[in-house]
Amino acid sequence: MQKTYNPAIHFQQVDFHAGNTHILKRVTGSFPQGRITTLVGPSGAGKTTLLKLCNGLISPDAGEIFIKNKPIGSYDPVELRRQVGIALQSAPMVGGTVMENLHLPFQLQGKKLEEKEAASLLDDVGLNQGFLGRNVKDLSGGQRQKVSIARTLVNHPEILLLDEITSSLDRTSTKEIEELIVKINTKYGTTIIWITHNLQQALKVADYTWVMMEGEVIETGESDLLKDPVNEKVRKFVKGEEA
Amino acid sequence: MSYFSLALTLIFVLIPLLLSKTFQLGLERDTIIATVRSIIQLLLIGYVLQFVFDSESYLFIFLMVAIMIGAATQNARKKGAAIKGITWKIAITLIFIEILTQGILIGFGITPPTAQYIISISGMVIGNSMVLSILFLNRFTAEMENHQDQTELILSLGGTPKQAIHSQLIAAIKASMIPTIESQKTVGLVQLPGMMSGQIIAGADPIQAVQFQLLILFLLLTNAAVTSIMLGFLSYPTLFNDRMQLVRKSE
Ligand SMILES: Nc1ncnc2c1ncn2[C@@H]1O[C@H](COP(=O)(O)OP(=O)(O)O)[C@@H](O)[C@H]1O
Ligand SMILES: [Mg+2]
Repeated sequence: MQKTYNPAIHFQQVDFHAGNTHILKRVTGSFPQGRITTLVGPSGAGKTTLLKLCNGLISPDAGEIFIKNKPIGSYDPVELRRQVGIALQSAPMVGGTVMENLHLPFQLQGKKLEEKEAASLLDDVGLNQGFLGRNVKDLSGGQRQKVSIARTLVNHPEILLLDEITSSLDRTSTKEIEELIVKINTKYGTTIIWITHNLQQALKVADYTWVMMEGEVIETGESDLLKDPVNEKVRKFVKGEEA
Repeated sequence: MSYFSLALTLIFVLIPLLLSKTFQLGLERDTIIATVRSIIQLLLIGYVLQFVFDSESYLFIFLMVAIMIGAATQNARKKGAAIKGITWKIAITLIFIEILTQGILIGFGITPPTAQYIISISGMVIGNSMVLSILFLNRFTAEMENHQDQTELILSLGGTPKQAIHSQLIAAIKASMIPTIESQKTVGLVQLPGMMSGQIIAGADPIQAVQFQLLILFLLLTNAAVTSIMLGFLSYPTLFNDRMQLVRKSE
């Protein structure tokens, strides 16, 4: 039997369009508080769109999203985005150094990030503090992803949204980041929603998994559902990913 | 200049026409249209100005300035089609700059409140503001598109729209002001400003022409700063909605 948890985020019949494209179709479901849920599915399924909805970067055209049982619209956008942090898929940087990028979340609030704290965040994601003064232009794709994760952690969000954060990382780094995220989850009880195209990763780190296709959630449950899928579409998708 | 010598100036139109034909530039039609339009428009404005100057009526001065602002707005708005209500924002900026300039000039008694002064200075100020608006809007639109991921990043971290657009806004404001400042550094060395040349040819004392030109140049500095900054701060809020989201094109 699946235990019941308080939902950190709940989607109720959520629809999202861009122009004439129907991107999310009546999405309903919950992300349990203090747990790790992965979102998997082919690219273009609407995973990134779903994550941006949770952070309030976009709003649904129909339906309702609840954050900790309150409608998302009842939160001040600035407060919401500090509590619900997102590491964006493209790991965008503002021009300047790694330190300036790590400082950014605090700078926006008129606070100062101590260099010691910045160095310790870098250490968490597996970069040494020599990187603080580096210009972000000179970082590799994987290093940018690490800085982007560290930057998202500066606000200590209660809910952490991760969009394919290990896609440019090698195996060792991937493993380090997986351990870091699991550690944050157990240490602070942070709710985590993690988009990944790596099904092994979903099995390894996540309590729950949602499978999305063409804007619909076609399967949800404990991550083990990926091992021997009952749903025909999920079975095909898993087979395709293994090949 | 007699009408005969004016007619002779058409030689300067024939040269590009011949060149265009010889080198197959395909610009004959446009050259002829441009020539005909400039003859009609300038003659027309000449008669209109003569009428307004003679009448010395503030109603006609006001109408002239209103038409200038209308035409300049019409011209500049195309560059800011992505920004909601851009027509009004440009118009308000131009009206403000016109009132500011004339207020200082007439208020401090720097220039007399006559049709000659008000209309010629207005023409320069409004024309210059129009060019600045176009420069600003071009650059701002490009900055927005090129750095949309940064805007989104700052919003996602809990930044306000103003914080999210700040660096693009400043870059566009600076880029539109720089040509005005730069061109003043070489003025007199590389080029004589059009108005000064005109005054000198018409027989004015060169020193007096210079004094007047200096006034115009300083005026254009204010003009550049005020136009870019005002248009910038009027424009950026419409790119966001009240949920602090970037407004999507389809909305
Ligand atoms: N702003 C937009 N305008 C038009 N189409 C969009 C926009 N954002 C996303 N899409 C489309 O929506 C679909 C889902 O995108 P996305 O959420 O990024 O999927 P995923 O993250 O699962 O790959 C894709 O087909 C994408 O092209
Ligand atoms: Mg995506």
